[in-house]
Amino acid sequence: MKFLSYLISGIRLGSIYAIIALGYTMVYGIAKMLNFAHGDVIMIGAYVAFFALYRAGFPLVAALLASVAVCTILGITIEKLAYKPLRSATSLAVLITAIGVSYFLQNAALLLWGSTSKIFPTILDYGFIELFGGELKISYQILITIATCIVIMVCLTLFVNKTRMGKAMRACSEDKDAARLMGINVNSVISLTFAIGSGLAAVASVLLCATYPTVTPTLGSMPGIKAFTAAVLGGIGSIPGAFLGGLLLGIIEVIAKVYISSELTDAIVFSVLVLVLLFKPTGLLGRKTSEKV
Amino acid sequence: MLKVEGLKVNYGMIEAVKGIDFEVHDGEIVALIGANGAGKTTTMHTISGLLKPSAGSITLDGKEVSRLPAHKIVELGIVQCPEGRRIFAQQTIEENLSLGAYARKDRKEIESDMEKVFDLFPILKERRKQLAGTLSGGEQQMLAMARALMAKPKIMLLDEPSMGLSPLLVKEIFYIIKDINRQGVTVLLVEQNAKMALGIANRAYVLESGKISLSGTGEELLNSDSVKKAYLGG
Repeated sequence: MKFLSYLISGIRLGSIYAIIALGYTMVYGIAKMLNFAHGDVIMIGAYVAFFALYRAGFPLVAALLASVAVCTILGITIEKLAYKPLRSATSLAVLITAIGVSYFLQNAALLLWGSTSKIFPTILDYGFIELFGGELKISYQILITIATCIVIMVCLTLFVNKTRMGKAMRACSEDKDAARLMGINVNSVISLTFAIGSGLAAVASVLLCATYPTVTPTLGSMPGIKAFTAAVLGGIGSIPGAFLGGLLLGIIEVIAKVYISSELTDAIVFSVLVLVLLFKPTGLLGRKTSEKV
Repeated sequence: MLKVEGLKVNYGMIEAVKGIDFEVHDGEIVALIGANGAGKTTTMHTISGLLKPSAGSITLDGKEVSRLPAHKIVELGIVQCPEGRRIFAQQTIEENLSLGAYARKDRKEIESDMEKVFDLFPILKERRKQLAGTLSGGEQQMLAMARALMAKPKIMLLDEPSMGLSPLLVKEIFYIIKDINRQGVTVLLVEQNAKMALGIANRAYVLESGKISLSGTGEELLNSDSVKKAYLGG
């Protein structure tokens, strides 16, 4: 029964990773770049939610929406100012720029809000449900986190596969010039991708702070790197891959922490990544693109 | 309909197109022939807005289009079926076709137009739910042309439609091009297969290292000694 409860808390952590991983994977899929500032968008989202809840006294849903709105605009702005001018630059230049944006956001937060951590107010604290005659307790917070992740995955999959804009996104991820020849405005598709990814980062930030309620300027770094790992593990560019990679990573992390060693957790997590990539370089659900002539 | 004047295009440090003029009239098939690297595809990409010219103008029915972004050019009815087909391999045939109609405003007619396109390419109808990447080379070329037709082009730019296809398929593709033209679509055709291209073209231009060296009716060029020597194998 203990194992089951660890497993569930792994799925909870993994759900948060999965939501963040979507931002990495979608941006990679469309713009073919690694947006290393994505983790710091989470951090900004956490501060916005904190101030909305704590200072402005917003109800949770309003605070969440405020955070989503700010992050969405931030994501679009970052893309317009930092990445768009580099559309035809080498990928190394874009990567370094992304790292630069990451440091910029962290330092801006440091300057604006200081290095002292802010304690996020308790949210989503609705008690437990008890299963198996009280042997297994699952908090509603966990259930809400997991349910949010599933709802996001389902909506996003439907959006990408069924809508006109979603089809345009898939076309851009396959071949941008061909997409242009279809009359698709590739720049607006890229903007939309950053908007969705950053909006989801805001959702992840609130879920993250419900679990780990300290808000600091470097809050986004570690979850960012973990979620990026999850995206690669699942196959970067693939939406189901982000889901699978995120869940696996969360589960492995929690199980390793409990049963092996809390110091070695991160080493174990990354070893799994290395192992998977050795046998399947494209990640678990990544597709090898083949062309027919 | 389409008029190109003094067009120059740089490709990095190289001037790939060095000031060319040509015209495509309503209802015509015009061929642009020439060797590899003569600037044919660069010209097509520039007309479609994927590349920006360094000088010159491109007008459609008198309206300057050369400074417009690619997606606006498609909306005006200049639609390209690119070299190497560039179909979306991971989407189904139906999805590819509806992407072809992406820029259209008359969404209601798209479905009936898809049926019309299927009449022209019955093989695609049979496989409509199949991923485009599973098609053979010839079928992919047909899909690429069908996809371009879905945009309801005023003028279709066809870049190397015969590339990599067997002689029999090449004949079929050229037959379809004539058919498309008969249905009222003006065609600008870029080809290395000069013989086939000149055979169906009303008029043609020969492009040689970024400049137009010859022009005339398809027949004139087919019988021209220099064309025979350079492009038709003696």
